[in-house]
Amino acid sequence: MSVSGTAIRAEALSKEFHLGSGGPGGLRDVLRAAARWPLDRLTGRPRTAPRTIAALRDVSFEVQEGEVVGIVGRNGAGKSTLLKVLTRIVEPTCGSATVFGRVGSLLEVGTGFHPELTGRENVFLNGAILGMSRAEVARKFDEIVAFAGVAEFLDTQVKFYSSGMYLRLAFAVAAHLEPEILLVDEVLAVGDLEFQRKCLKKMDDVSRGGRTILFVSHHMNAIRSLCTRVLWLDAGTVRLQGPTHEVLGAYEAALLHPVASPSASTGFVSWHIEGADGTTHHSVRAPLEPVRFVFRLCTEEAVARPILTLALTDDQGLIVWGCDPALPALGAGSTDVVVAVPALPLRPGAYRWRAKLFSDRELVEDWDGVPPLVMAVPALAHSREAYAGILNVPCEVEVQQAGSSSGASEPR
Amino acid sequence: MRTTREPTVIARRRRWSLGLFELWRHRELVWFLAVRDVKVRYKQTVFGVGWAVLQPALGMAVFALVIGRLAGLDHTTGSVPYPLYAFVALLPWQLFARGLTEGSTSLITNRNLITKVYFPRAAIPLAPVAAAVIDFACAFGVLVPAMLLMGVQPGGSLLLVPVALAGACAVAAAVSLCLSAVVTVLKDVRHTLPLVSQLWLFLSPVAYPAVIVPERWHAVYGLNPMAGVIELFRWAVFADAPPSFPIVASSAIVTVLALGGGLLLFHRLEPRFADTV
Repeated sequence: MSVSGTAIRAEALSKEFHLGSGGPGGLRDVLRAAARWPLDRLTGRPRTAPRTIAALRDVSFEVQEGEVVGIVGRNGAGKSTLLKVLTRIVEPTCGSATVFGRVGSLLEVGTGFHPELTGRENVFLNGAILGMSRAEVARKFDEIVAFAGVAEFLDTQVKFYSSGMYLRLAFAVAAHLEPEILLVDEVLAVGDLEFQRKCLKKMDDVSRGGRTILFVSHHMNAIRSLCTRVLWLDAGTVRLQGPTHEVLGAYEAALLHPVASPSASTGFVSWHIEGADGTTHHSVRAPLEPVRFVFRLCTEEAVARPILTLALTDDQGLIVWGCDPALPALGAGSTDVVVAVPALPLRPGAYRWRAKLFSDRELVEDWDGVPPLVMAVPALAHSREAYAGILNVPCEVEVQQAGSSSGASEPR
Repeated sequence: MRTTREPTVIARRRRWSLGLFELWRHRELVWFLAVRDVKVRYKQTVFGVGWAVLQPALGMAVFALVIGRLAGLDHTTGSVPYPLYAFVALLPWQLFARGLTEGSTSLITNRNLITKVYFPRAAIPLAPVAAAVIDFACAFGVLVPAMLLMGVQPGGSLLLVPVALAGACAVAAAVSLCLSAVVTVLKDVRHTLPLVSQLWLFLSPVAYPAVIVPERWHAVYGLNPMAGVIELFRWAVFADAPPSFPIVASSAIVTVLALGGGLLLFHRLEPRFADTV
């Protein structure tokens, strides 16, 4: 095999966990096992095998240097276990992985921070825990502090920090570890917006620096924009790996039609916008005009007293609009539910439908709508991005000074 | 540049290995954790690091009153005043006791590190021992002037202090490694520790000189490695009669065996810590 810069090579990695306490929990268990052992030996009875579950089964993959690889999969598919094996927190049961270079993780930011110590002391301690030498931390100290933006509180105990400051400092140390391989698990879930942007930028810098990133996230947009390749884990095995759009397409399709779901045949199939000329599409081009959304449902058996809840969320998960109409009873077959709104004045960007169908107050399906709804519209109000808000409506600004009759009106 | 990235193989570990090389590479971490322990312990206390001296001093006071006076042992210590005699023994003893009590629970109290970041786990039980060395140094810094004040001249044998200190560290480390690993599996052990610690104290020549033990039992008495360490340390400080050879010899052997065994046991149980703590 050529030496063309492999960063991670995993060969048949498997990890089993013991169910229960993970081993004998107390003196009693050990004594009991010890007392029974000779008896079991004599009678030839096999020692009771502990129940195990395989979190990873035969996982093999290779990541090249400088690649940004996303890892997707349902909860419990083994994503976090894989990262834990690669960071050596847990040891594989069998198989092996070879990592070339230092592995850094943002698995748990702020590990080892002690509330009684000052910011400065914690930076050095945390750096050492993450594997940096004292000289290395000292060299990057100013950069870390600037990144975290806590310069004036360096000699304050971190127990007096706000949670945001605490997190920023913790992330700053982890981000400056400068590993050749960076493992990131859902880091986007924490911190405020500006901080998230910093994180993404840092990840981008890291990958530009020719380093390798493994990125676990449920945030498909983030994976789409950052990753070149995606590894899809399903029940501990690699279901698919390849270029981002291919794997994500298959993954999202599988989420849409869950094979094992008990009511797989009842639920949402698709959504679209019905244009005035009969065309169907998924983007809105005029924010102040009526829109007709069509949600297609497939029901295998009749649904009594169905309720549909619809929520339109932005890329931060914030619900920007929603409704929950009660529908007439549905017969078996295909049904289109048309939801018409007089206008949809939203800022440009991508939005996502989330829909639930209840039958007699019982949840039948919880659906993450794909594809996203794109607001392909101009921003109607002039505003700096920071003040833009969610609504996209034009406004007129009129200045009325007391004692002056001339109202200077200027559309803004 | 590519060739400088050293590969690390992640797989099930070899059974007979001590992991010393990796531990050595993380020696700074042991130091940082020790400094953290010391700082956190004395933060917001009135006497601060003075407690490093106060603790053995209080122990000395108790021994002087109860054992020295009541049990009438204060004439067995030769030319050295009994309180000083007890104080000197308390320094290595407290170092060891910290390894026993704090070291053994260290993996549990640092659970959040173990389940989130990789580094050689041995750094965690070794840190309380290193922290105890810092306390030891503070108390020792007070001891020498105190001796001069009390009219006891330290001899040239002070050069042996580092040897005795190394011995105390080795015993403390061995116990800390062993017990911390065992406690993750057998949580019961924790609850026996206060008792074990007290019993061990009376089996060690802290409150009394080892000479009161009959000579033919010395080799057996030395199986408690702290016996040899304390005797050696006392001799190093006072330069009086040299310690009994059988005690020191058997203590030395036990220390080496215990340390090796402790490292081995720790390394064997290490991969399970993340699951069991």
